[in-house]
Amino acid sequence: MSKYRKSALTAAVSIALLSQGAFAAEEQFFPIVSYRIGPYGANGQSFFGGFVDYLNYVNLKENGINGVKITWEECETEYNNAKGIECYERMKDKAKLSTGPIHPMSTGISYALIDKTAADKIPMAMVGYGRTDAVDGSVFPYAFPLVTTYQMQASAIIRFIKEKEKGSLEGKKIVFLYHDSAYGKEPIVALQEEAKLNKFELTLIPVAHPGNEQGAQWLKIRQEKPDYVIFWGWGVMNQTAIKAAQKVGFPRDRMIGSWWAGSEEDTVPAGDAAKGYMSATWNVAGKDVPLIADIEKVVYGAGKGNLGDTSKIGTILYNRGVSAAVLSVEAIRKAQEKYGEGKAMSGEQVRWGLENLNITDARLKEIGATNLLPEIKTSCDNHEGSGKIKIQQWDGEKWVVVSDWIEGNKTLIHPLFKISAQQYAKEKGITPRDCAKEM
Amino acid sequence: MQFFLEVLINGLLSGVMYALVALGFVLVYKASGVFNFAQGAMVYLAALSVVSCMEKGAPLWLAIILAFIIMTLFGIATEKFVLRKLVNQPPITLFMATIGLAFFIEGLAPIMFGSEPRALDLGIVDEPIAAILDSWDMVISKFDLVAAGVAALLVTTLALFFQYTRIGRALRAVADDHQAALSIGIPLQHIWAIVWGIAGFVALVAGMMWGARNGVQFALTFTALKALPVLIIGGFTSVPGAIVGGLIIGASEKLAEIYLPPVMQSMFGGNFGGIEGWFPYVLALFFLLVRPEGLFGEKHIDRV
Repeated sequence: MSKYRKSALTAAVSIALLSQGAFAAEEQFFPIVSYRIGPYGANGQSFFGGFVDYLNYVNLKENGINGVKITWEECETEYNNAKGIECYERMKDKAKLSTGPIHPMSTGISYALIDKTAADKIPMAMVGYGRTDAVDGSVFPYAFPLVTTYQMQASAIIRFIKEKEKGSLEGKKIVFLYHDSAYGKEPIVALQEEAKLNKFELTLIPVAHPGNEQGAQWLKIRQEKPDYVIFWGWGVMNQTAIKAAQKVGFPRDRMIGSWWAGSEEDTVPAGDAAKGYMSATWNVAGKDVPLIADIEKVVYGAGKGNLGDTSKIGTILYNRGVSAAVLSVEAIRKAQEKYGEGKAMSGEQVRWGLENLNITDARLKEIGATNLLPEIKTSCDNHEGSGKIKIQQWDGEKWVVVSDWIEGNKTLIHPLFKISAQQYAKEKGITPRDCAKEM
Repeated sequence: MQFFLEVLINGLLSGVMYALVALGFVLVYKASGVFNFAQGAMVYLAALSVVSCMEKGAPLWLAIILAFIIMTLFGIATEKFVLRKLVNQPPITLFMATIGLAFFIEGLAPIMFGSEPRALDLGIVDEPIAAILDSWDMVISKFDLVAAGVAALLVTTLALFFQYTRIGRALRAVADDHQAALSIGIPLQHIWAIVWGIAGFVALVAGMMWGARNGVQFALTFTALKALPVLIIGGFTSVPGAIVGGLIIGASEKLAEIYLPPVMQSMFGGNFGGIEGWFPYVLALFFLLVRPEGLFGEKHIDRV
């Protein structure tokens, strides 16, 4: 090979590599660990359908985030922790170049990834689930239990019941019926604190996984004659509980589920038994939210919709997927404000964006997401950023919102997170960051 | 005492629902000596077939007939593509094949009929019978009573079928020894297709009852979890055994769920419950120690 030919070839390869690098720099990659098949596949289809539709929407409507095209890769976990780790390992190298937050939509997978994501500097968002003491960002810099946590949700439900009971819960009986797992047990401490504060009697009744048989539990509830049942279910446990409540004659409008027990997938299979049932939610359902209507018009109009079954658009889980994607994109926007508009953001930069989110009602209006989700303002010592929920009620065909945004008792609950996070830091030998210096 | 009786009766009625699933296992085991790991998946497929046909406009009776046809065709296909090549293979090979079959159905059924949970309305409301509630302040569900009636009818029909029909006797002969049955001219392929078709029918009945109770969804495959202790207690080869085993599991787990946690709490502190998840297996383990063939199972004796 002649000297000139060799130089020309080297130059060509260099240009090719550089242009590839430049091209990669213009793309913001999202590693999506999703589940669309398996026992909870129906839930995953709606959530991840909404998530991907919003990413597509930003690409179509705004040509990406300030011109940075969003790309993504999806890996199926089947809601299985081992597969979740496998998916993460498969995508993490690509995510180290530029990444949106990972949303595992599974408390189990998020627990399995919490140390790995911190070590790889890839932020993980657990919107409404996951390790709740990660609210304390001084110990968990890369984990974000955004919007609200199980404990704050339980506290907000108590506040809602208290309002219904004209301001006093003294002498009332509340049963907490829960999935016998980490997810179900998380709110117990918060409820016990609320019981002490508000002087109501709390009875704890666990249900073994999968929860498709609850005859004994509901006979016990019938015997206890509680004023309310707060219900922390998931999957088949939800429909079974609603039907079992009907079977023992417990009024459904005195039964309030967590947000994992408040989707159409939970109420439709229960038929008429679900009428009147209430649940918490951190996002509203329906297509009357301008953003949701616009996604349908823009994304599905362009033939790029992610859902095969378009009837899921506007359902609670679809809108939740959109909301989670809105939070992710807003975090990248925020990061770009600091690190350079029009550039792809790394995990560290997106982490900063997530920790400095300030999504006001005015911003939500700009996006077309007024009332879709609450205002969010995060900081180093508050990775939750809101703590608010609404209560919705099933009217037999659709969810109807029956409350305004209700905030849990932050003064009571947040110190619990702090204690738990400090304990975790001690066990793992982590030196907490000084949040005062992060301001 | 009244509460104890209420828990006991409701437990027995829940047991009937377990027995409905266990019956499918017994049928296939009795006629082919195979523990059909795919029975739970078949319950899911059958229930999905019914709701999907109804969604396409078929009335309930037609949807049931169509679902039965689907399950029969499925049974024939299972014989042709899975079992035919495994004649005279060790039981563990056939068992492994049913594991593969379970995964296949769990993947195929949602692709064919969709995976979103759906309601199945059989026209029987799952609510307390007012007369019993008013007179004895006791909750007995109409739906559970209907399920008990269906199970009784199914057991009687199957017991008579196995005892008094030519096909029934042939099924039992095949279960005893594939080769011997073949040598006296029993058409093994037809027999296996028939038995898988009947197991499909039993799965259809179980799927409809469980689907109407909790909704038609992937979790129907979990119903098989409770069938295993039922079979160990009742015996793998006995149709009445499945019912008795179901009743024992249903009643004992409900009583344990109510009465054991307070005892455990007073002994160890903390909050106990969710016993239903493991109690049936502990009970089954106890039966395995004292009566490994189950209450009604055939005693297995090998010549040495």
